[in-house]
Amino acid sequence: MSGPLSPLDRPNSYIGRTVPRPNLERLVEGRGTYVSDMTLPRMGHVVFVRSPYAHARIVDIDTGAAKQGEGVIAVVTGAELVEQCSPWVGVLSHLKGLKSAPQHAMAVDRACWQGEAVCAVVANSRAQAEDAAELVQVQYQELEPVTDMRTALEPHIPVIHAELGDNLAFERSLDAGEVDKAFSEADAVAEAEFVFGRHTGVTLEARAVLADWNPGERRLTVYQGTQAPHMMQNIFAKHLALEEAQVRVVCKDVGGSFGIKVHVYADEMATAALSKRLKRPVKFVADRIESFVTDIHARDHICKGRIAVKQDGTITAFAIDDLTGIGPYSMYPRTSAIEANQVVNLVGGPYQARNYRARARVVFQNKNVMCQYRAVGHPIACSVTEGLVDLAARAIGMDPLEIRSRNLIKDDAYPTDSPSGLKFESLSHHASLAKLKQMMDYDGLRAEQKRLRRQGIYRGIGLASFIEVTNPSAAFYGVGGARISSQDGVSVRMDATGAIIVQTSLTEQGQGSEALTAQVVASALGVTLDKVRVILGDTDNTPYGGGTWASRGAGIGGEAAWQAGKALRMNILEVAGTILQTVPDMLDIDQGVVVDKGTTRERIGLDEVARIAYFRPDTLPADFQAELLATRHYVPRQYPFAFTNGIQASWLEVDTETGFITLLNHWCVEDCGTIINPQLVDEQIRGGVVQGLGAALFEHCRYDERGQLTNGTMADYLVPMASEMPDIEVGHVVSPTLESELGAKGAGEAGTAGAAACVANAVNDALEPFDVTITEIPLTPSLILNALGRRGG
Amino acid sequence: MKAYAFDYVRAATLVEALSLLERAGEGGKLIAGGQSLVPALNLRLLAPQILIDIAQLPELRGITSDDTHIHLGAGTRHAELATSALVGQHVPLLQTAIRHVAHAAIRNRGTLGGNLAHADPASELPACMIALEATMLVVGPKGERRIDAIDFFKGLYETALEADDILVRISIARSPAETRVHFNELARRAGDYAMAGLAMVMHGTQPQGLRIRPVFFGIGDRPTLASHAARCLEQAADPMAGLAAAQQALSQDLSPQEDLQADADTRMQLARVLLKRGLTDLLAQGRG
Ligand SMILES: Cc1cc2nc3c(=O)[nH]c(=O)nc-3n(C[C@H](O)[C@H](O)[C@H](O)COP(=O)(O)OP(=O)(O)OC[C@H]3O[C@@H](n4cnc5c(N)ncnc54)[C@H](O)[C@@H]3O)c2cc1C
Repeated sequence: MSGPLSPLDRPNSYIGRTVPRPNLERLVEGRGTYVSDMTLPRMGHVVFVRSPYAHARIVDIDTGAAKQGEGVIAVVTGAELVEQCSPWVGVLSHLKGLKSAPQHAMAVDRACWQGEAVCAVVANSRAQAEDAAELVQVQYQELEPVTDMRTALEPHIPVIHAELGDNLAFERSLDAGEVDKAFSEADAVAEAEFVFGRHTGVTLEARAVLADWNPGERRLTVYQGTQAPHMMQNIFAKHLALEEAQVRVVCKDVGGSFGIKVHVYADEMATAALSKRLKRPVKFVADRIESFVTDIHARDHICKGRIAVKQDGTITAFAIDDLTGIGPYSMYPRTSAIEANQVVNLVGGPYQARNYRARARVVFQNKNVMCQYRAVGHPIACSVTEGLVDLAARAIGMDPLEIRSRNLIKDDAYPTDSPSGLKFESLSHHASLAKLKQMMDYDGLRAEQKRLRRQGIYRGIGLASFIEVTNPSAAFYGVGGARISSQDGVSVRMDATGAIIVQTSLTEQGQGSEALTAQVVASALGVTLDKVRVILGDTDNTPYGGGTWASRGAGIGGEAAWQAGKALRMNILEVAGTILQTVPDMLDIDQGVVVDKGTTRERIGLDEVARIAYFRPDTLPADFQAELLATRHYVPRQYPFAFTNGIQASWLEVDTETGFITLLNHWCVEDCGTIINPQLVDEQIRGGVVQGLGAALFEHCRYDERGQLTNGTMADYLVPMASEMPDIEVGHVVSPTLESELGAKGAGEAGTAGAAACVANAVNDALEPFDVTITEIPLTPSLILNALGRRGG
Repeated sequence: MKAYAFDYVRAATLVEALSLLERAGEGGKLIAGGQSLVPALNLRLLAPQILIDIAQLPELRGITSDDTHIHLGAGTRHAELATSALVGQHVPLLQTAIRHVAHAAIRNRGTLGGNLAHADPASELPACMIALEATMLVVGPKGERRIDAIDFFKGLYETALEADDILVRISIARSPAETRVHFNELARRAGDYAMAGLAMVMHGTQPQGLRIRPVFFGIGDRPTLASHAARCLEQAADPMAGLAAAQQALSQDLSPQEDLQADADTRMQLARVLLKRGLTDLLAQGRG
């Protein structure tokens, strides 16, 4: 890169370099510490008896036989555990009108979804607890379940929580510009109903928690695979009647999260409550079936969309009506209204059209709870927007790339905003589009598509522009009254040999938070990476902060690390200046050595600075105190969110006889601002794309009309696997945010945001000769054959 | 989930295995590769009192060949089938099919005998056995018996094996050079059980006097020889001319079932496409 030196262009900078992650070797050696691995003395294993019904009154629970089971420590019903754990209500004040009912750690008198825990069995081993769980006799009176979101608001459908009056959890409407006028003056109007299957984020390591109430010090230590330890500290304290200072949450290695592990799960609360009740460590590790019926689900939207377009390709309006079903409770504390809210915020986001009308309704059902999963709302908004844009292009006979290039917000239009009020600092839709066009050889593919069609081979190209919410400020949760911190803190200290220890409030679940923190600190300080050790995931031993979610790690925690590193460099140079009798401003640190600024002339090693500071302060002036620890916190304030943008493309083949889809290639050009570690960014994009492709083709939590999940195993719930994945080529445009010195925005969710949208568009493009439009995912062979009218009969 | 507690014993010989099985009665269960049994145990779908491990029985090991037949020990691992030169030479169908069975880690443990005894309707290997007219050597308390593949598969996870039988060996006639074979399956992900699949063998070279055995799997409750369709192909002036009729006849041969992957109509459509593609491939082999 050319141009003036930025503050990032430090001697031996690691910013923008692919370096191995510091935790990699430990993990591949099998020396990670996952909660599932941990054992404490006197530890009990809890197994939950779960409701087999989607909706049922609990008439009676007979625990007598189970209590006699071999190795059983305790059998505790939901009603009994109320003594230890108070219920919660998943609402936020800034989501106006959002309502939900109190949810308990275990169902007390009514189970509201298949899989809700009603009774806990604690035993010396998991197998013993499972044996005893079969002896618990629960008498249920089955109630009518509410399963179809389309009818959930109809008068003849039962209301799940009578005290709420109806099954409507949340509704939001928005009307910007002159929508009716735009539609009436349009040259063409296209509309469709988009259907998104319910799916979930299948983490390699299931949810796991080990709670240890120590009556001796009256403290609860919870080892948990969570993305937000400080949030959990607050929640455990609040509902177990403790002070926050009495709770420590430790989050060691975590085998994947994807947003699944940022929520408060009833069974995890029950585990902590059981530890308090039994005064001993209690561990819960969800098995795969439990994961499928209790890990939050996501998506499950039906969204009607309309688009107005002029013959010259100008898109003049979008209108949507979104409906989603969230299970029986709004999830705590982030709520289950955020996804629908995001859909309203994001539809049409990349485009110039100023006329936009939206309505979203969120309804309760007797199915597993729904909440935020990677790219919350984005895949819905992106699929609806991009699907409509393709329909508009088809209606006026324009090439899909051309219509985008005519309507995407111009790269020189910033700062600007969207009709829904989103503020954009600086996006690069056109630069991204141009880069994508060249990377994929768009014109070449179009020619190939045409040639192959003559041979009866149906290939399609799908495009999807997107924007992504990253670096959320307090606007996301804090303003709504949730004690979820949007700021992060980092402490950096130099020890007595010149080695650096970093404590950060970020957490690591595999995405590389540890690596990026080390890179940023090493660069800010001027030391080599091997000198930096990062500590994270412990409320007793890190500064207070949000953790890792919503694509915030690099942008927020990274900036705090940068500022803390810089502050410690100043502190070190003050000590060095004092020792060398020069002004700190004349000095710098390079490769762990104090040098004359702008040169590599060595003045004094950091080990020597540390030795003098810690062991020979007597040689320093009496009024000088070395401070070799610096802490900084950071939160964005100017923009509520740092939006990123990009565009994806899919190239695929549809077998029109079998309905099978073969993904041939996938491209993603994205702009996450400053790139700290190119490989980490690329793999975030690729991983995100894969999850989006899973949604497009495979993943689906399938419920029957009684609210029973019919595919709760890895044999029946299809996750995307390597063999079916195309090459995913990643390109970058770099528009740093000027709000922070680092300039980094998030990259964790961009891949998921647009992948399904461009696959669906590519399928419709491939099937263009058959004049069918499919707007439902997952795109199963049956769905495709149905649309083509090709059935065996 | 964890399995119910059970005892475990490894048998050293076939005779010992049989007597352990007899002694265990209802509560006994054979385990070979464990790749179907252990998931069922962990889901608590089965609760045997004792597992009798036959994975290392010498009588169940080995791939041999004589002048007319190739003999596959029931304990042959999928991975061994995949790499055996004898299998490649004399029963190429099986070697093509085995690549579609599960994933490498599972193929390293799973056995042919376990697969056939398990009789998953979507499994590749039972269909191959019917297409290849294999014979199963079974040993039970009353001695040995031989069962033709076509009589072996009785329904969903159901075979001609009694609870105290052990499948010992599978014998398959060596394919003459002019015999053509075809294997294809439609699975949404590599390694999954098929949504629909076809193993097909064609004997003979002249359009008249061809003998064609199309066996479908993943469609009904067991692998199914589509004999009506086969007749349409065999009796046509040339097989391609009989294709349309054969595709129609599939509705007599097959009773497609609905499951999570596909409904019955989709399956019938897929079966017809598989038949067309299979026949095209077989005829192309003759020209090649
Ligand atoms: C993820 C996964 C994917 C798979 N995909 C496929 C696939 O695509 N296609 C496919 O065909 N299979 C698939 N399988 C199953 C695999 O092929 C198994 O290995 C096979 O079905 C069983 O063989 P086994 O040796 O493991 O038998 P086991 O699991 O040990 O036993 C299975 C059953 O057979 C009985 N049995 C075993 N040996 C004998 C014997 N010699 N005589 C009598 N009874 C016996 C046992 O008592 C038990 O009832 C898959 C398995 C997994 C885990």
